[in-house]
Amino acid sequence: MTKAATASDTKYLFKRHETWWVKVAVPRTLRERLGYDLRRSLETHDLEQARQSRWAVVDEFRARIEQAQEERSDSPARHVSKPVDIDAAEFEKQSGTRLIHEHIVEVVSDSGEGAQKCGQILGLVSGKMGNGVWTVEIIPAEIQPPARERQGASGIRVRMGAKYVTNMGDEADMVVAFNEQVLYSRIMNGAYKKGTVVLLESMWSEDPEDRIRKQYAEALADFREQGLIVHELPIQKECLKIVKDPRKGKNMFVLGMLCRIYHRDIDKAKGEIAKTFRRKSEKVISTNHELFDAGYRFAAENLDYEFEIHSAEEDRLESAIVVNGNTAAGLGVMAAGIDLVAMYPITPATSASHYLADDFHLTGGFVHQAEDEIAAIGFAIGASYAGKTACTITSGPGMALKTEMIGLAVMAEVPLVIIDVQRGGPSTGLPTKVEQGDLLSCLYGMPGDSPKVVLAASTISECFHFVILARKLAESFRTPVIMLTDANLATGVQPIERPAVTEEWFAPPVDQSAWDKEVSPYDWDETTGLSDRPIPGMRGGEYILTGLAHNRDSKIAYDTASNQEGMDMRSRKLAALAETMRPPEIHGDPAGDLLLVSWGSTVGAIEEAVDLARAEGRQVSSLHLRFLSPLEPGLKEIFSGFKKVLTIELNYSDDPDAPLINAETRRYSQLALVLRAHTLMDVDCWSVVPGHPLSPRTIGEVIDARIDRIEGAEACSA
Amino acid sequence: MFGLKGDWSLDVKDRYFTLEDYCGAEPRWCTGCGDHGILAAVHRVCRDAQVKPEMTVAVSGIGCSSRLPHYMNTYGFHGLHGRALPVACGIKSRRPDLDVWVATGDGDCFSIGCAHWIHAMRYNMDLTMLVFDNGIYGLTKKQTSPTTPLDVPTNTHPSGALLPPLNPLTVTLGVTNISFVAQIVDWNAPLRHEVIRMAHEHKGTSFVRIIQRCPVYVEAIGKALQDEPARMKLLTHENGVELDDSVKRMFPNNAEHDPSDLAAARALAEDDTALPLGILYHNTDAPRYDQMSSAGLDMSVDEKLSGLNKALDQFAI
Repeated sequence: MTKAATASDTKYLFKRHETWWVKVAVPRTLRERLGYDLRRSLETHDLEQARQSRWAVVDEFRARIEQAQEERSDSPARHVSKPVDIDAAEFEKQSGTRLIHEHIVEVVSDSGEGAQKCGQILGLVSGKMGNGVWTVEIIPAEIQPPARERQGASGIRVRMGAKYVTNMGDEADMVVAFNEQVLYSRIMNGAYKKGTVVLLESMWSEDPEDRIRKQYAEALADFREQGLIVHELPIQKECLKIVKDPRKGKNMFVLGMLCRIYHRDIDKAKGEIAKTFRRKSEKVISTNHELFDAGYRFAAENLDYEFEIHSAEEDRLESAIVVNGNTAAGLGVMAAGIDLVAMYPITPATSASHYLADDFHLTGGFVHQAEDEIAAIGFAIGASYAGKTACTITSGPGMALKTEMIGLAVMAEVPLVIIDVQRGGPSTGLPTKVEQGDLLSCLYGMPGDSPKVVLAASTISECFHFVILARKLAESFRTPVIMLTDANLATGVQPIERPAVTEEWFAPPVDQSAWDKEVSPYDWDETTGLSDRPIPGMRGGEYILTGLAHNRDSKIAYDTASNQEGMDMRSRKLAALAETMRPPEIHGDPAGDLLLVSWGSTVGAIEEAVDLARAEGRQVSSLHLRFLSPLEPGLKEIFSGFKKVLTIELNYSDDPDAPLINAETRRYSQLALVLRAHTLMDVDCWSVVPGHPLSPRTIGEVIDARIDRIEGAEACSA
Repeated sequence: MFGLKGDWSLDVKDRYFTLEDYCGAEPRWCTGCGDHGILAAVHRVCRDAQVKPEMTVAVSGIGCSSRLPHYMNTYGFHGLHGRALPVACGIKSRRPDLDVWVATGDGDCFSIGCAHWIHAMRYNMDLTMLVFDNGIYGLTKKQTSPTTPLDVPTNTHPSGALLPPLNPLTVTLGVTNISFVAQIVDWNAPLRHEVIRMAHEHKGTSFVRIIQRCPVYVEAIGKALQDEPARMKLLTHENGVELDDSVKRMFPNNAEHDPSDLAAARALAEDDTALPLGILYHNTDAPRYDQMSSAGLDMSVDEKLSGLNKALDQFAI
């Protein structure tokens, strides 16, 4: 923690009546005991002196907090993290089962052991039982990374709750680990807390290799030392009674265990298993059912954990489907009446096309796997030029390759839906992990001015509905529309309201009526920049589309007036769209200390954190943007209701306390940069690139720290 | 309007198209450029086939060749350098009713668009693809192209092209699922017309490499062939092009070649002593991707709605 002090460095410090104080925020779980924060006067007026003497006090405060945490985790039944109400106590007395509001369960394994399938089915069954569910996959970049390797951890997190769940939550309550090494990768990600129950495969304790036995024994001791409640289970041994190679099949045994522990509906689970293996033989299905039963029995006979998660009636969906964001986007493509998807394989976008490859024929569509990313978008542009609604689905590196084609679609005003399922960048970056790093490149990443519509889905439901919106906008405004999602939405599974489909969502049939020869192919309306377009097949509409500067007749025109007019008209369309939009809704009060501004998949975690902080009396609200180009109106007015405006993003920005970083050198996160330019207000940012979604707890800590700083500054100026 | 059929019977048409109906803007190619002749052949083939201008799309990339759409009075797509083929394939994929032409060049197709060339050949969608190969980058002013002959000086290789040129015929004939490969020179009108006509008639991707003169930058390339006709070999066959003796006389070196014989076609393409002209390969049975990609076009709105509900049912709770 020896960071170079900058002129503005007042970390942990605040001034009251000219005297400097130290203040350290208390984690919310300990506030009942310790209060909001620990503070003490340094009894000095001199900032330099305060900077030096603060660390001893900070260390002392931290030690107190740590001690309090340990004492807390020693208390019995800590592994049940969520409070139970009075009815629950009665329920538990009768049934021996704990009634919980929610639990976070993880299954982690080596790649190829089926942990994800196990968790997906658990999530599906929970969803079908009326629970709120959010699942996040933990995916290594390789198909078969070496076994028992921390980097190769593959798995899934399932958050199941009585109420609607919008994000992955904080630390897990229960984890099943197929070996101890993969568990380490999750520990390093801060996925667990003291009291997390670990059900650990015990076969490694009898491994023929000394090295492995030693690793296992050491890890086991370490886990317990760290406060995890570890139960060693002979999963492999039990599975061997049924199958020769439990690498395939262990996951269903584990599913059986979890279904017993969480009182999941056996028939629904078995139905999902049968569906999973529907393309395999009856024998495969019955073996997996057998493994499931064995796991269920094993848990009943050997484990004391039994939980019940009721579903909250008020949050129950009228009629739900359970999908991940990529499947939702695929369904959205079909519901939008899109005719063609042209794609090139790229993680994490491809599974949307996988889904469409299965089902697109149901609405008469076709998936074209092109020879490369450029060809994919070129193919889609070709189809769209010919009057068919087309879409291309990709991820960051693919977007980079498509840049020139997107510029062409802007220039020649070809409607097109482009779905960018963002991953970590730059370059190949983090292929399987979440980041919100493509915003600026989508907005500005083309030579010349290339105004286009950019919107971002924030929920799995929006992954569906925004495709329909994007298709309509693309055609109405004769423009490419980029729809941003990300790896978190792509693989997150959640029950959502089943869309009530209507033919109004579909694209109209290709217009082949005659075109009035007197009307130019770019008959721009001066006010809106809008124009109708001729479609090949329309008699009298023959024109040559060109990516060169052109006039209203689509004739190549290098003259000043034509170029200026074309630029004006293409830009004007965004203003025309903005004109139709309403200001975004604020989550929380319209005024207060702190406003968090965000976009994309972080909404669930942010709003959950804001709700918690507000319940604790913090004056914080949040604002989530769906449109990034054009921006939703009224932002400046909304921002002015708050003392501090802070974007929360999953992309890079310089830590203001890092070496050499000051007000001049600091690089802001992407939305912050856009908003600063847009509002001319001092929008600050808090952004990180952890490669995993934000947890409500992390955001809660940011809120606390910022509000403390605001209060500190106020105390300082008072 | 009337059209006279081959058997002297009259075809009564609602509309009859003359050459003028296919002519767009005044061409801005240089004087003596081979592109003029190719354009004239395209206009004539369209007229002879009486394709509707509004059902015709000329797609191109960037380069001298790629100005062609502007000189057509049809729909046109003058897109990006190297990317004519993906766009053309996209058009054809869901609008098989449109007649799609592709105009591209040696830089556009064999260099920057190389990946699309190989794959479009394999897709074998119903496109008429004309490669205007003048062996030089013209529009950007005389840079070496993949087909610039060895030692020809250019602005990027002033002491002459460093490597032997790419052979587009051997490459194309090496691609799986090709269906039509031909080569012509721009200055022989009967051959030019006959091959482009057959390419247009062919159902599948017809690849026509046109040795095209650029009198401004590399006059010598065309001249060498014109001065020494024996360096070319005219291929005729009852299943390929059939030409009058008057045409054959212009090519002292001529031979019968059955275009269904792929091995023979490859051997001819390999032979660097004589440039083969005519149809090297023709296969009417190669699978066509446009017939696959256009599946589902006839679906009604009700069918789509019920299909969509069926899709959603799978995920229903």
